[in-house]
Amino acid sequence: MNAPDLASAGRRNFLRQSAAAGGGLVLGFYLNGTTQAVERLEKPVAGGAEFKPNAFIRIGRDGVVTLVSKQPEIGQGIKTSLPTVIAEELEVSWKDVRIVQGDLDPAYGRQSAGGSTSTPTNYEDFRRLGAAARLMLVEAAARSWKVPVGECFAADSAVHHRPTKRKLGYGQLVDAAAALPVPDPKNVQVKDPKDFKLLGKRIGGVDNHQIVTGRPLFGIDTQLPGMLYAVYEKSPVFGGKVRSANLDAIKALPGVKDAFVIAGTDELRGLLPGVAIVAESTWAAWSARKQLQVDWDEGRFANQSWSGFVSDAQRLSKQAGATVLRQDGDVGAALAGAAKTVEAAYSYPFISHASFEPQNCTAYYKDGVLELWAPTQNPAAGQELVTATLGIPKDRIVLHITRSGGGFGRRLSADYIVEAAAIAQRVQAPVKLTWTREDDLRHDHFRPAGFHFLRGGVDAQGRLVAWHNHFVTFANPVTRDGKTSLVPGSGGSLSGDEFPGRWVANCLLEQSAIECGVPMGPWRAPGSCVFAWVFHSFIDELAHAAGRDPLEFRLDILGDKAIVAGSGERGTPYDVSRMRRVLLHVADKAGWGKRKFPKGQGQGIAFHFSHRGYIAQVAEVTVTKDGTLKVDRVVVATDIGAQIVNLSGAENQVEGSVVDGLGTLMFPELTIERGRIVQGNFNEYPLIRMSDAPPKIEVHFVKTDYPVTGLGEPALPPLAPAVCNAIFAATGKRVRQFPLARTDLRWG
Amino acid sequence: MSKYILSINGHSRSVEAAPETPLLWVLRDSLSLLGTKYGCGIGQCGACTIHLNGVPARACMTPVSTVGRKQVTTIEGLDPQGEHPLQRAWKELDVPQCGYCQAGQIMTAAVLLKENPRPSDEDIDGAMAGNLCRCGTYLRIRKGIHRAAELAAADKKARK
Repeated sequence: MNAPDLASAGRRNFLRQSAAAGGGLVLGFYLNGTTQAVERLEKPVAGGAEFKPNAFIRIGRDGVVTLVSKQPEIGQGIKTSLPTVIAEELEVSWKDVRIVQGDLDPAYGRQSAGGSTSTPTNYEDFRRLGAAARLMLVEAAARSWKVPVGECFAADSAVHHRPTKRKLGYGQLVDAAAALPVPDPKNVQVKDPKDFKLLGKRIGGVDNHQIVTGRPLFGIDTQLPGMLYAVYEKSPVFGGKVRSANLDAIKALPGVKDAFVIAGTDELRGLLPGVAIVAESTWAAWSARKQLQVDWDEGRFANQSWSGFVSDAQRLSKQAGATVLRQDGDVGAALAGAAKTVEAAYSYPFISHASFEPQNCTAYYKDGVLELWAPTQNPAAGQELVTATLGIPKDRIVLHITRSGGGFGRRLSADYIVEAAAIAQRVQAPVKLTWTREDDLRHDHFRPAGFHFLRGGVDAQGRLVAWHNHFVTFANPVTRDGKTSLVPGSGGSLSGDEFPGRWVANCLLEQSAIECGVPMGPWRAPGSCVFAWVFHSFIDELAHAAGRDPLEFRLDILGDKAIVAGSGERGTPYDVSRMRRVLLHVADKAGWGKRKFPKGQGQGIAFHFSHRGYIAQVAEVTVTKDGTLKVDRVVVATDIGAQIVNLSGAENQVEGSVVDGLGTLMFPELTIERGRIVQGNFNEYPLIRMSDAPPKIEVHFVKTDYPVTGLGEPALPPLAPAVCNAIFAATGKRVRQFPLARTDLRWG
Repeated sequence: MSKYILSINGHSRSVEAAPETPLLWVLRDSLSLLGTKYGCGIGQCGACTIHLNGVPARACMTPVSTVGRKQVTTIEGLDPQGEHPLQRAWKELDVPQCGYCQAGQIMTAAVLLKENPRPSDEDIDGAMAGNLCRCGTYLRIRKGIHRAAELAAADKKARK
């Protein structure tokens, strides 16, 4: 990233690629049954000094195997795990492998790290990519020895001839293999998983050495010759616009090169109006900003406040919901006839992603070509937003994907990319835009806040017979094709299929929305990250009302039917047998119901299905008499299919999900006054620290025969309800609000 | 702008900067030492932790004019080959997720181990309280410090 001539090298590369594309040369290929990408293997360029059977694999005569990581790395470990899948089938020693991060390129197919999809959408294809290349190398060796292919096998970056014990390293086979036709990957035989040497093992992150030695890796580490540094001030009130600013005074400050207004658009998640300051250093830009005076037209959201939203939600809860998401049986009659009923309101605030590397992007606009270096989860979204907003054609934009210091869904948005592009368009020099932490917390695309007004009933046998939820969510005005409509934030819409929607005979799910200017976006396990807490907490309330064991009550709700079909809305069939299995597994490992806890200690249980993963958790907590929570132990059982790709990475994701889930329960809360976010930095918006992390997190992978799926998100949702249910077991106090500090946990 | 001669990772480096410029931005923008990270700018997160005369300090809260002759050590200077016991332990246990906070974690832990070669969990929690990890790798950081303590003890024994 710190290479002196990167900008011009990138530009040359871009121009070469553009010329090649114009001449009809396909740069790469991508085999895929699940995305729109090209379904064929490119014939390698003849006479090359390397064997390049596809866009992801290059083998040099020196035996070095270069694998391209196409997906953005945000801490989920994909830069290590997907190349491992290729290496496994290619039979290459991991020590011979070099990983390079791919730029945004149609040759790689879909390049978005979101929704825990990277593994499930690429795993089988990547096996075949590796296997196809391996077959070619074996064939090349067999031909050079003039022996049957069946007498040869690949292992440790070489092809071996079994009868004579001869071997040829991959580097020696490069030219011969490059001359062979590429087999149809659909017909390629992949390895029997029992022969796996890499998959399922603990493989360290490929960037670990660079990370621990402080080498430049992240977007914020981008440096280019002649680079300038920018900061961008936006309206503190969402939807505000610049009337005027003291630009002349700012331009006269030390180190400042330019200051200008960017008109922006009306889209709350697009290019926001603001003032850019461009300077010789980050500090010069940030210092000048302290002198910046902007007269804002604060717009129509200037009177919004959190207390106003709470009143709105209360008012809406007394009316029928604006939309009915599910209506089964007669919930009113069932509640009236129930032996016991429970009524409760649950709520959670807006929160920020607080990805540790603040949003930033480096951009260089020259000769009609825009080059971007971006820590992004969704590079194509950045390219598209720039094209739509600034009119730079898609094929004139080069986007280099850098490592991201955390994502959590924040970097699926591209606002910071289009800001950098707009500044670069004016500056005509390489420019790095860096947000301050305050910019990052206050101009996030926030996790939607929400309010759930619940009623439930159990019959005389203690069975769940009625479930009513009026969910009050938040919606942004969104304009498409000249029409403005209200759209709930990502994760701010409840599916009628969400558990226990399909399992209760009398069920009414309703939704109403409060219009707001607070821009919202996907936050790790969108929807699930809060719905699991609300529903598994309320189920726990009903279990206790029924006088039943919380595990047994849940198993009873799930029932014995193996698969429960989706209604088509989110469409997901729910495999009850998989959930029962992880639930029983976690109960067994945690010793559920086996121990008697003293007052102030207890166990809680919860499960959730999201992102194709079935996860159950048991938490053990201690709450001291003064109300201090300590989570002593968390046991997790997961079913994410037939194969764990990288055991170390998988365990790390589950441990991180548990800590993130607990931190989000305990601490963060954003409030809104006069249309703006109050909290600005970690002193007002605390994150979990080491001493609050559970000392014991036990991760159990229940292997099944199902397809391999992802783990960036699904282990997070069950944590908060497991902990809150344990708090209830320990103290008799029910937590119905995020964050935890809003509930008095003192007892005795 | 003023001129400062700083001692960084054992080398004398000359920079021009406004006196109040935090050392963080001098390291990153002027000297291209990019391992020290910006996280909050107010000393809350520890991503910018460096050593000043062997004591952990927040580079974001250290004006360049106050550095003087103090020896500055950044992550790049902790061990030129990346063979510090903490760096070895971090790789062995695959501690990082996104990795953004880890340079700061290692710099804080390095001083802890120098002062307390066999820290308890409580010692570690106390020393590391100022370093945030958004990905939640705290358990591995704690294990990594214990492992580094073992590696350092083994190194010491081997040298004898």
